[in-house]
Amino acid sequence: MTALPTKKLEAWRYTDLRPLASIEFSAPPPAAIPALPEIDLPRLVFLNGVLAKELSSPFAYARNFQAIAEDTAQPLALINAETAQDGVTLNIPAGVDAGTLLLISHASGDAPFAFHLRHRITLGEGAQLTLIEIAKGEGVYWHDPVTDIELAQGAKFAHIRLQDESREAFHLATIRARVAGAAVYDHFTATIGARLSRTEIGAVLTGTGALAHLNGVQLLAGTQHGDFTTVVAHKAPGCPSRQTVKSVLAGTARGVFQGRIEVDRVAQQTDGFQLSQALLLSPGAEMDIKPELEIFADDVKCSHGATIGALDAEQLFYLRSRGIPEDQARSMLIRAFLEEALEPVTQPQARAVLEEAIDGWWVKQ
Amino acid sequence: MLEIKNLHARIGEKEILRGVNLVVPDGEIHAIMGPNGAGKSTLSYVLSGRDGYEVTEGEVIYDGQNILELPPEDRAAAGLFLAFQYPVELPGVGNANFLRTALNAIRRKRGEEELDAVAFLKLARAAVKSLHMKEDFLKRNVNVGFSGGEKKRNEMLQMALLQPGLAILDETDSGLDIDALKIVADGVNALRGPKFSALVITHYQRLLDHIVPDVVHVLSAGRIVRSGPKELALELEAHGYAGLEAA
Repeated sequence: MTALPTKKLEAWRYTDLRPLASIEFSAPPPAAIPALPEIDLPRLVFLNGVLAKELSSPFAYARNFQAIAEDTAQPLALINAETAQDGVTLNIPAGVDAGTLLLISHASGDAPFAFHLRHRITLGEGAQLTLIEIAKGEGVYWHDPVTDIELAQGAKFAHIRLQDESREAFHLATIRARVAGAAVYDHFTATIGARLSRTEIGAVLTGTGALAHLNGVQLLAGTQHGDFTTVVAHKAPGCPSRQTVKSVLAGTARGVFQGRIEVDRVAQQTDGFQLSQALLLSPGAEMDIKPELEIFADDVKCSHGATIGALDAEQLFYLRSRGIPEDQARSMLIRAFLEEALEPVTQPQARAVLEEAIDGWWVKQ
Repeated sequence: MLEIKNLHARIGEKEILRGVNLVVPDGEIHAIMGPNGAGKSTLSYVLSGRDGYEVTEGEVIYDGQNILELPPEDRAAAGLFLAFQYPVELPGVGNANFLRTALNAIRRKRGEEELDAVAFLKLARAAVKSLHMKEDFLKRNVNVGFSGGEKKRNEMLQMALLQPGLAILDETDSGLDIDALKIVADGVNALRGPKFSALVITHYQRLLDHIVPDVVHVLSAGRIVRSGPKELALELEAHGYAGLEAA
């Protein structure tokens, strides 16, 4: 197996995988059937990394897993390619609006185990799809999914993910999207679970007017570590891209946001903006933010903003003076802080999944 | 009834209140006036339970309960309402959601049934209308981008909905224009009744042209140094606060 990346690699400077490396993972055990979310949508359910056909609904555009050669040097994608045995291949034909699909991964087992899902999603010209991914589980496991996305001219893909894994789990997701002219890749990940997690998203904008939103929120407590890493490559003129990333950190949790915007020589009139804000709820919490702009064109608008702060004592007192108990007041201010990142998620069921996970997060800590 | 007995409070090492004694019976409106630095804002914050103030002596009894032991939210449930001199902006918090959460938190503590969204909106729309506010007030984020007058109106809307037994109005040095002044006065006057009392804290007499107090107290150097009928405010306006300490 390819070696895990170490902190010597610049891209892994803030996320140390030694806790993962020190655990012996076995093959996934047979899965117990868990309670699944009640959402009225066609669904694909993976239990311990294996498609559970009896829990999944027929979806016209889904095909079985296909092994794909990995031609990058990304260590986690290589590990995934060497070991992946399941995943879904979605092909939405040109002009088709495939609606909304739910993709659930649930993991449970006694001894540490690993599974490596590999998904491939292709949208033809003008095709549309909304995919809601929910990852949950119990126990110690390593979930290492890779999702490759190809969007043809004018396609629209809304990709909403809730990472709510077991607090003992490792979740390392790699998502790579190629976005053609006038196509839209609208990504949102909520990171709430896992002992250690990383969501790494690469979006390559290959045609004029391609748009990528790579948004996310991280809510981390205890000793959790969450890393949200994005790379947007503008390889065509006139492409807008946005990253709005909000992190809320309690206990001694540690959050990371690395956001790189690359603007190719030909990518004139690029409009790239990224915003990363963190709310530290305790003195032991830590946030590392690394924005990088690499610009080789001369007529571009590209900027980034980063802030790290605490809850505002004045705001908290104002709410409490109106009768709102402290925990609820904190929850309201946390939710308000996240609003800007959540706002672009408009699909009602996706929104409901996220709101439910976020609502009362603070009170549970 | 509010009874403040020998209240001493400090911020850090600095003693601000040095033995305040005050009784506000139900149904009465009392004004507290005084020079800058007398402790007027401190008194309003100590009464409403803001962090950072240490009470070193004395007690504050409201409806038979020593409220100094309660967190701010429980004081609100007991019937206290602090109208802020500078209402706080809450970006990302919708006004309707804020008002409903507050009202239901208080109703829950009082053992009353919570209002559902429909019942709440009906109540809120009626209150908005009676305060001559636009209905989009409820949809906006709390105080964000509000003018000074709109912020005051929003305080009065909260007061109208939460129906406090005792309102504390902190207007210590706010440069309220005449319209904003009237908004505050109308809000207070609308609630006047045998079960409602108010403590109006102000530096200037002009607010008291609109909210006519039953009693005027003068706070100076952390103590009430004089109390009298509403005419006392006019006297202070004419002669200033100088020499009161000795009186």
